Amino acid sequence: MSSSTVPRNQGGFSVAEYVICLNGIVWREALRFLHQRERFVSALVRPLVWLFIFAAGFRQVLGISIIPPYETYILYEVYIAPGLIAMIQLFNGMQSSLSMVYDREMGNMRTLLVSPLPRGYLLFCKLVAGTAVSLLQVYAFLLIAWFWDIAPPSIGYLTVLPALILSGLMLGSLGMLISSGIKQLENFAGVMNFVIFPMFFASSALYTLWRVQEGSPLLYYVCLFNPFTHAVELIRFALYGQINWISLGVVSGCATVFMIGAIWAYDPSHGLIRRRPAGGET
Amino acid sequence: MTTTDLTSAGLASRDILPRPNAAETPALSIGSVSHSYGDRNALIDVNFSVAPASFTALLGLNGAGKSTLFSLVTRLFAIQSGRISIFGHEIRLAPGEALRLLGVVFQPRTLDLDLSVRQNLLYHAALHGIGRHEAGVRSDEILTRIGLAERTGSKVRDLSGGQMRRLEIARALLHRPRLLLLDEATVGLDVQARADILDHVRKLVTEQGIGVLWATHLFDEIVPSDDLVVLHQGRVLARGQVAQVIADAGAQEINSAFMRLTGAACSGSLPP
Repeated sequence: MSSSTVPRNQGGFSVAEYVICLNGIVWREALRFLHQRERFVSALVRPLVWLFIFAAGFRQVLGISIIPPYETYILYEVYIAPGLIAMIQLFNGMQSSLSMVYDREMGNMRTLLVSPLPRGYLLFCKLVAGTAVSLLQVYAFLLIAWFWDIAPPSIGYLTVLPALILSGLMLGSLGMLISSGIKQLENFAGVMNFVIFPMFFASSALYTLWRVQEGSPLLYYVCLFNPFTHAVELIRFALYGQINWISLGVVSGCATVFMIGAIWAYDPSHGLIRRRPAGGET
Repeated sequence: MTTTDLTSAGLASRDILPRPNAAETPALSIGSVSHSYGDRNALIDVNFSVAPASFTALLGLNGAGKSTLFSLVTRLFAIQSGRISIFGHEIRLAPGEALRLLGVVFQPRTLDLDLSVRQNLLYHAALHGIGRHEAGVRSDEILTRIGLAERTGSKVRDLSGGQMRRLEIARALLHRPRLLLLDEATVGLDVQARADILDHVRKLVTEQGIGVLWATHLFDEIVPSDDLVVLHQGRVLARGQVAQVIADAGAQEINSAFMRLTGAACSGSLPP
């Protein structure tokens, strides 16, 4: 075949090709999620256990004063609901990164990485897909919570959506960044101990920051600088139709930094991903 | 041009690439590529090319550097030194244009076992920007061709090893590439499945004009009309048409030619 007959698209890729690619990656992620019913169930059971057992038990112990965005005294269950929503997204983000490590070990990740669209865009699509899956879980949780009388204003279900997308992207890109440095699936247990638990407990998810400050000023600052705290607060305010500007800035900034870091880490020229053939290959 | 002609022209006979049209843009061009993992050299100054509509066997033992080379061509690894081009598009400068023209079957399985046969193909098509309708048409067509039309809704994990490999080849062809790389594509398959896959890939060359680079360590997968690149310990020891490489090595058949070449390399009688 003559070289002149080889199709050459000098103009790069069309918008339609980018959209098709995004749709395909989201569709694949959703299919995988639906096939893994136990993942969906466990993603829901985890926050519900906290809500129905932990919060019910601590209701009498942990009083909540009137703090923004609340305009009256609230039940402890109402207070921790945004934290549990963020927890769903935190676990989902880490689960997505776990699946990236799995995909990399099993070779599936290569299918994604050798496709012709820019690698940064492919990873962004993967993040969007993970965030979309987390939204399904969050709204299922909110539906169940509604039956438990944890009901923000109706408009809150809509206004929380941008906050959920932003926090989902932040936590997903953090997971992706972490996954780039994990060489084996077995190492992922460390993520639970060193990322998920510290992020969740050193935040405003379970207790207000002023209470933390009373107990430990050092822990207060740790919580204050924890991006997860700001994801929780962003969601909390958005559920009541308000914007916490500081949290919005922190979550947006962290999402951008983590995303750039993840894209950098997956770039073959200077990334952190394994640069040797997988076992058995030569 | 014969070996004698080349020798008299002052060229080493193992450095020839006897293609009919030398002006043709190669499907794959590997120029002075070296790669190392820390202080271990995996590839050392590798040079060869694959012509369009040709079958080139990349022959080497385990550890020769075949998978490293594939990872560089597919941009899974960054190129440390040298140049790699696909139909004239340099992978480092225009990766999108280059990868568009490339189909790959990796040594490990890269299918999504939890998705169906059709879903795997549709996902791959989406990654190449092919719309749902067009992808569906191409999937049906290609599944019929490879004899998996009746398994379209089956989960991939329910397929046999041979069927999975055929599906991987079908997937690699879905976006209609002009160059196909296959890394040890028949490893772990029975004799019949190996023969079927090899036959299918050879037909792609003759019927569709696809350039194929077939990495293998099995001599019986190579026929005299193939182009051959012998890779050993990261170096290209010989390249050219199979018959010519055998003759140059002073051997009667491919396996003894390979043994002579690699034995000579190990004893240091070949130039570095």
